Amino acid sequence: MTTPGVVAIGTSWGGLSALGRILSSLPGDFRSPIIVVQHRSKDSDNLLAKLLQDISDLKIHEAEDKDTLLPSHVYVAPADYHLLVDAGEVSLTVDAPFRYSRPSIDVAFESVARSFGSAAIGVVLTGANDDGARGLARIIALGGQGIVEDPKTAEMPVMPEAAKRASPSAEVLPLQDIPARLVRMVNAPGQMKRKAG
Amino acid sequence: MAVQIETVRPKQGDAADAKPDLERIEVELLLEGVYRQYGFDFRSYAYASIRRRLWKRIESEGLTSLSALQERVLHEPEMMEKLLLDLSINVTAMFRDPGFYVAFREKVIPMLRTYPFIRLWHAGCSTGEEVFSMAILLKEEGLYERSRIYATDINEVVLQRAKGGIFPIDRMQEYTDNYIRAGGKSSFSEYYTAKYGGALFSPSLTKNVVFSQHNLVTDKSFSEFNVILCRNVLIYFDKELQTKVHELFYGSLSMFGLLCLGSKESMRFMRYEQCYEQVSGEKIYRKVK
Repeated sequence: MTTPGVVAIGTSWGGLSALGRILSSLPGDFRSPIIVVQHRSKDSDNLLAKLLQDISDLKIHEAEDKDTLLPSHVYVAPADYHLLVDAGEVSLTVDAPFRYSRPSIDVAFESVARSFGSAAIGVVLTGANDDGARGLARIIALGGQGIVEDPKTAEMPVMPEAAKRASPSAEVLPLQDIPARLVRMVNAPGQMKRKAG
Repeated sequence: MAVQIETVRPKQGDAADAKPDLERIEVELLLEGVYRQYGFDFRSYAYASIRRRLWKRIESEGLTSLSALQERVLHEPEMMEKLLLDLSINVTAMFRDPGFYVAFREKVIPMLRTYPFIRLWHAGCSTGEEVFSMAILLKEEGLYERSRIYATDINEVVLQRAKGGIFPIDRMQEYTDNYIRAGGKSSFSEYYTAKYGGALFSPSLTKNVVFSQHNLVTDKSFSEFNVILCRNVLIYFDKELQTKVHELFYGSLSMFGLLCLGSKESMRFMRYEQCYEQVSGEKIYRKVK
């Protein structure tokens, strides 16, 4: 794998602390761009990006349209927009909410799957609905890899349970093990042959 | 000359699982076909969103590939009509991003007060929610009587809807909340009456509005404006087309005219960036040279 691909993380209820746990543990030289889709109120500003920046060595932005995806940068989907990707760029839309969500994890993951194929890694964390399950299955169907937070460590297990059901081949890991796994997959891809399940 | 024919292993899986490059070829062929057969030019639209919209149409027609949709679209004008709506309608809301309207009241209105007559262009107005929002704001600021809003869209169907001034009644709670947070000075319910199963907005709001068809991709400037509003429309275009439309906006703005973009759009990397100064954290830019 020559291009570092992309890591897409989706979460809802309980997401802030789970994201904090992951982004504070990833090294500043993490080789992939990271996309974060966290459900939140449509009026929320860029506070989420600011809070995450305080605890992370990565560069965290609230995504703007046509942002270039750069390694070790994190792009947080803005409230009330869908985040899509194409050719290494962010592409925002205000298309109708998908299953009540905008941003929708499924919409973002589907786009990541279609654009990055086998270079896509999808991660589903804590949440109280099933958004992300379809998207993660799509990432895996198009050759990418999937990680699901162990529902036992999730503040709300509904979202990871749904993702697990939809993607039996996804790796299920406790939250605290996800950062190290991502580093192995992205920064040392030679060792990523192992398949857990 | 001997031609060696390579044996190509058939690909597994359905077309939906095809590798990204092949998909791009199919999308481009479809859009090229649409352009040559019907004259609608979506070739410079943002790929990621057009791809998503095409796949939604494919799925709702029970098809399985972009090529199958291409065949239907090229041979059936009715399918083209459906696709035209899919590709050209942008969803919006009244007083979407209330913070924008607050900034407009604070930063833009004082400048507009100094003008005897105000010309605004709402480019890509879709079904008109934001046009009515701006009309309400201008009214409350006492500027509506000397304003004219040119509201344009590529799509005649949405313009007709906008002209009708009827919006879904079930959105009124949301719009009322937006209105209040946008700094509304009256009671939102005064602007509409429940009628025909919807909320019919006062015709006084559209008496200074001119709705007309205009295509940002192909049409030229048609006047000079003090304010151009084009929020969350350019995100559907690729960078090259964005640059072209910025050129059109620059040429259509009077000196010190204001350009209002969506809150996640920016002038970065645009040739005209240095011709504007940003007057607010919301994406409001003032032409300064």
